[in-house]
This record gives sequence, C-alpha cells and structure tokens, in this order.
Amino acid sequence: MKIFASYNIKGGVGKTATAVNLSYLAARDGYQVLLWDLDPQGAASYLFRIKPRVKGGGKGLIKGTKSVDAAIKGTDFDGLDLLPADFTYRNLDLLLDAAKRPERRLASLLAPLKAEYDAVFLDCPPSISLLSESVLHAADVLLVPLIPTTLSVRTLDQLTEFVGSFNGHRPDVLAFFSMIDRRKRLHTQIAQELPAARRSFATTVIPSASLIEQMSVHRAPVAAFAPRSQAARSYRELWREARERAGLEQAVSPDPDSVRE
Amino acid sequence: MAAAQSSRDFVIDAGASASADVVQAMADAPSLDGGLAWANGGPVRVSGRAWLDTFDWRLYRAGLTLEQVTGRDRAELVLTGREGDVLAVARLAVSRKPRWPSLVSALPPGPLRELIEPVAGVRALSPVARATSRVSELRGLNDDAKTVARLAVDRMSVTYPARASAPARLMLTPVRGYSGVTDRVGRAIAGVPGVSPFRGSALDAALAAVGQRAGERPGKAASVRLSPAMPAGTAMAAILTGLLDALEANVPGTVRDVDTEFLHDLRIAVRWTRSALKLCGDALPGGLAREYRPEFGWLGDLTTPTRDLDVYLLGFAGMAAGLVGASESELTPFRDYLVRSRAREHRRLARGLRSARFARLTAGWRESLDDVRPARKRLTVAQLADERIRAAQRKALRAGQLITVASPPERLHDLRKRCKELRYLVEMFGSLHDPAQHWQAVRELKALQNCLGEFQDAEVQRTEMRLFAGQMLADRSAPATTLLAMGEIAADLARRQRAARNEFGSRFADFASPASQARLTELARTAAA
Repeated sequence: MKIFASYNIKGGVGKTATAVNLSYLAARDGYQVLLWDLDPQGAASYLFRIKPRVKGGGKGLIKGTKSVDAAIKGTDFDGLDLLPADFTYRNLDLLLDAAKRPERRLASLLAPLKAEYDAVFLDCPPSISLLSESVLHAADVLLVPLIPTTLSVRTLDQLTEFVGSFNGHRPDVLAFFSMIDRRKRLHTQIAQELPAARRSFATTVIPSASLIEQMSVHRAPVAAFAPRSQAARSYRELWREARERAGLEQAVSPDPDSVRE
Repeated sequence: MAAAQSSRDFVIDAGASASADVVQAMADAPSLDGGLAWANGGPVRVSGRAWLDTFDWRLYRAGLTLEQVTGRDRAELVLTGREGDVLAVARLAVSRKPRWPSLVSALPPGPLRELIEPVAGVRALSPVARATSRVSELRGLNDDAKTVARLAVDRMSVTYPARASAPARLMLTPVRGYSGVTDRVGRAIAGVPGVSPFRGSALDAALAAVGQRAGERPGKAASVRLSPAMPAGTAMAAILTGLLDALEANVPGTVRDVDTEFLHDLRIAVRWTRSALKLCGDALPGGLAREYRPEFGWLGDLTTPTRDLDVYLLGFAGMAAGLVGASESELTPFRDYLVRSRAREHRRLARGLRSARFARLTAGWRESLDDVRPARKRLTVAQLADERIRAAQRKALRAGQLITVASPPERLHDLRKRCKELRYLVEMFGSLHDPAQHWQAVRELKALQNCLGEFQDAEVQRTEMRLFAGQMLADRSAPATTLLAMGEIAADLARRQRAARNEFGSRFADFASPASQARLTELARTAAA
C-alpha cells in the first residue's frame, strides 16, 4: 500500500482537486483506492456526494475507539472508497497532541488497511501543524501543488528541508505547478525553468481551467465528467509520474475503457 | 485485493411476470434520507462466459471458481473464492486466448496460475459450462444523487453443456457504508411473488438451467451404495455397472489425450473390474465372468505401456533434479525418447479404444449386466463381502509371512497383488461397513501398499531403463553422456528399492498386527451382520 498526500501550507492551490482526480484515476487503473478527506471543510467529501460525517468524529478515530474501517464509504466509482471529513477534524491537532507518538499516529491508523488497499490518498487541510507532521511521516509520496510564484517556491524549499531532517522514513516530494495561467509571463517562465533544475518537480503542470472549478457543479472528478479535456489529460500525466515515484506495480486489471492518449 | 461486497441474489422464476412488480417494489422500498431513486447504470453489458474446471471438479471442490469472461475487446480469467470474493484476475489477449482443454501451464504466469497450479495438479482445465450474459445495471440514488445501492439484472443464455435460458438473476450489491439501504431493498424484492432468493454462483445458475449441478464426479471408481440383504448377483451387477460408467466416462479424455489422469482413472476402473470378476465373479450368472475376464485382461494390457511412460514423464523433473554427477540437459535425449515412445503407444491405445472389439466389449458387458437377475441360490451381498474379504485377508497374510530377507522380488510383487485385491474388496463393499473402521482399514492397507508399490515400481523402472538404453543405442539416439546420466538414475532407483525393502518388515508387521487384522475381521463381520 502506497500513501500519497496532497499537501501545501497554503490554501486554494488545488490540493483537493489533485487528491480527488488522482485517486479516481488510480481506481480507474484497477487499484483499490482510499481517499481520506482530512480537511474539516469537507470539499472532497462534497465532490463525491458523501456527507462529511464520521461516527465518533476525529476523536473516535485518533483514540482508536472507532475503527477507520467502519467509517469508510463507497463512492460511485469502482475501486474508490472515501473516509469522509468531519467538522471535528478541526481539533485533530489537539487530539494528536494527547496521543502517544503523535507524528506516527496517522501511519498506525492506516496500517490495518494495508491488505485492502493498494493506494491511500490524504487530502490535507492547509496548515503546518502536528497533523501535517503526522501526514508527512505517513506518506510515501508528497504531492505538493504550487502556484508559480517565487514565494511558493521558497515554501517548497522549507518543506523539503523539513522532510529531509526526518530520521528513517521520508516521503518523496513531488511538487508540481498548479493553476498555471499561460497568459501570465511569470507563470510560464517559472514553470519552464524550475522543473528542469530540481528532481522534486514533476514535468506535468496543471492548467488553470474552468472545468476544474466546475467539479463542484458536477460533483465528480474532472477526469470522470470531461475525460478528454486538457485538465483531465494533465491529471493523468501527473498520476503517471506519481505512480512511478511511488514504485507502484501495474494494477492487476486496469480498466480498458479508461481514456488512452 | 479488496474482498468483493457480498451481493444478495434473487431469481425471477421462469414464467412469472414479476419484473414490473420488482421495479415497483424497489421504488417503494426504503424511505431513507428523503427517498431513493433508481437510475440506469449504463448500457447493457454483453459477455461470453466459460467456467473452467478439471474433469473431477478439483477447483470447485477446493471452493474455487475459474471463469473466462470475454467482452467485445477484452478477455480475462477471474478466480473467485467460496463467497464470490475475487482472488486473482489475469488479462488475456483476445487473439491469443488459451484453447480449452489446456493444462494449467497454458495460463499466463502470475498469481492466478500460482493459486490454481497446486489444486489442479496434472489435470487439464476444460469448460464445464458456457453462457452469454446480458447484464443491465440500476443504481439506487439518495437525495444527493449519490449511489447507495446497485442492482444488476443478468439474463443468461446457457450454451453448454446444453442450451437453455436461465431465469433472470437480480444481484443486489451494497455500497460500502450504506448496507442499511440494501437490506431494505432486499426485503422489498424478496416479498414480490415469483421472486425467490438464490444462494449459488453464476455457475450454479447456469448448470441449474440445464438440470445439472457442479461437483458431480463422473469417471471415478467408487463404492456403490449397497444394502446388506441385497442378492449378491444383483449387487455385483450394480458395482460392475458403476465401474463401467467410470470406465466409459474416461474414454473420450483418454483418446483425445486431454490429460494423463483420464487414462489413470480408466485403468483403475478396469483393475477393479478385473478383481471383482476374479474374486466375486461366481456371484454373477453362469459363464459371464469367464467370458469377460480375458476381454478386460486385453483392455488392461492395452493401457499399460502408455501409463508406464506417463509415470516416467510425470516423475521426470524429480528424477532429473536428483542427478549428482550428470547434468539435467544430458537427459534431454532420454526425455525425447520417452516422449516419442509415449506418442507411439498412445496412438496404439487410441486405436484400441476406438476399435470394434472395445465397442463390443462395453456394449455387450452393459447389456449382460442389465440382464442380471437374482439367482435362485440366495447369497446376500453381505455374506459375499464377508466371505471374500476374509479369504483375501488370509491370502495376503500368508503371502507376507512367507517373505524372508532372501525372498526374490517376485514374492513382494505377489504380496502387492494380494493386498490390492484385498483393498479393492474393502473399498467395493465400503458402503456396508462402519465408516470410521473402514477408513482406518484402508489407511493401514495403503501404508503397506505404498511401500510395496515403491519397491515394485523401482524394480520395473530399473528393468525398463536397461531396455530403453538398449533401444536408444540401437537407434543411435543416445550419446554416451545420456547413457551415463541414465545409469545414475538406475542407481538411484536401486537405492530407492533397497530403502523400500528395508522398510517392508515394519510395514508388514503393522498390517499383520492383531489390532489391524481384527479391524479387517470386524469389517467383514459388519458386512455380514
């Protein structure tokens, strides 16, 4: 089981769109996939039409009085399940603080799901907190969407340095530019120069597209309702890079109906 | 891989006009979170289905179902467990699907083949049923238009082993986290007249449509259910008819050379028949046993050379792996020689099984058995079993007691034959015995037989090895290195034979022990009671 976390300290950079589309594409490839909506705003849960409610709330999960397994819901897509958001997730930091080895807690909660899922996606809230630290320790691949500005690149450097200081398991950082506006010169310039210079950058960029914004209208991944769009193509390309980074083996039975380039 | 969500299945009984009622019941069913609407789940999916198993249903008996599903542009093999959980899937190139029957080695390498290999063993996989499925899916939506239940309707046309339309099957599958909805819909559907729950697999449904069941094992010599008071002649006719059924069931597979077990099982049926005629033939009407014994002798002899070569080839990898001085590749000419000889012998065997003589034998034998009527002299099958098991037991004991360290191999071979006869009798009349005592007696007999079998097989193979070497030299198909490697195998056979000979004393002592003998006597007594 490989764990992918969609993470950035900043909000509104495309974390949820990334987690939703990549988890959907992984399931289309034949993997058994779980998406955990860790953001109390519950955007990913909303997009999959699942109520952002977990029995026992975040407290039950973190303390282990409620099983993760029982909270999981099936989405409308084969092979893709969702662990919904809950408004009590806003207190996850406090709950983790009270737990033993808080930075390892998320990994240990996910460990029993190893037999059932090939891939887990974590859609993280925008923050730098104990929860993010626990996410960073659990993840195999850290998907970091960035708006192409100098400041966001600086944030990425800080994140990479922080992850590099971990003892033992460290996630592989896969940053990529998101919400690229080809009409803006700075976007194009940074998007062209940086990926070539750093290994942590994906070659794929996700364009700023109204179709991605329309996900909340369709309540589905863009790769599902507009599979031939540029946005969907970009997510497929990003998924290919993420899968290779994770060293995920070819799924047993990829869906032949999936759109091929 | 995730376990499949277990579905709840129903069938709409043939002839019932229940479809519309089901739709209504589903619409009315639950009032959950503001109601449930049903939406079309996409176009009807048409697929060709073939369920594969060995002739003796090894997969089915191990709780496995192997299905080849062929769609418009894809084909795959799906292996499921007892609960319908998918254990492994293997994609097949549509243009290069295996041709059935095929041995497991023809499957694409991977987890699916690895799971099947130890179960199927040397047996080939053949279609046990074929059908075309037309599946339409409905999705149950809550007030957020979220799918909370799925209902698939499968209309299946069976094309093999016979043509028939299976009753429409409804498969209600819960969506994880929404099982309450499925429960309610399930209860509503179950209440519709003309709809009944179905607990089997799609294979069960396909076979049920043509009046068959999975797991029925043709072709195995097995004890026929007897009652102690049955007239001996009638009972023997029933036993021998069962054996003839088994024999005939294995003929097509043997002639087509599907796998080596068809011939093996055919030979078992012949051996049992020959022993039954020899040991109990006098219970049949006058002259019948005497007339047919030579014919079954001919049939036995016809099958021996191919089987002997099969045994060599099946054990070849093991023999080659045991080489110390020579390398495995040096045995290749020997293997090629065995394969050529086996092909030649099999052609001869197939000719024999297609001959008029064989057809006359089986047809005449069946007719004669059908005509057997209870004799005036009322010997019951229980009395017959008692008498013959005791006699065979005495003979085996005496033959074994005569064996000393200095006895020639023929003596052990003779004892082996006596033990086989005893075991066939015990098994043939098995339904008259206490099951626990019966299996214990068979187990003890098997232990001695295995030791004697190892001794005799090594003896025969050693003798044959010399013969093969001579023939290979004569037709110049054996380089010196191959002959040396064969010599190594012959030496190993001699070692195995010596080991079996050394083991014989204690194995026979177990068989001759008062407890073991008393068990056999007790069996006979149960039979006579």
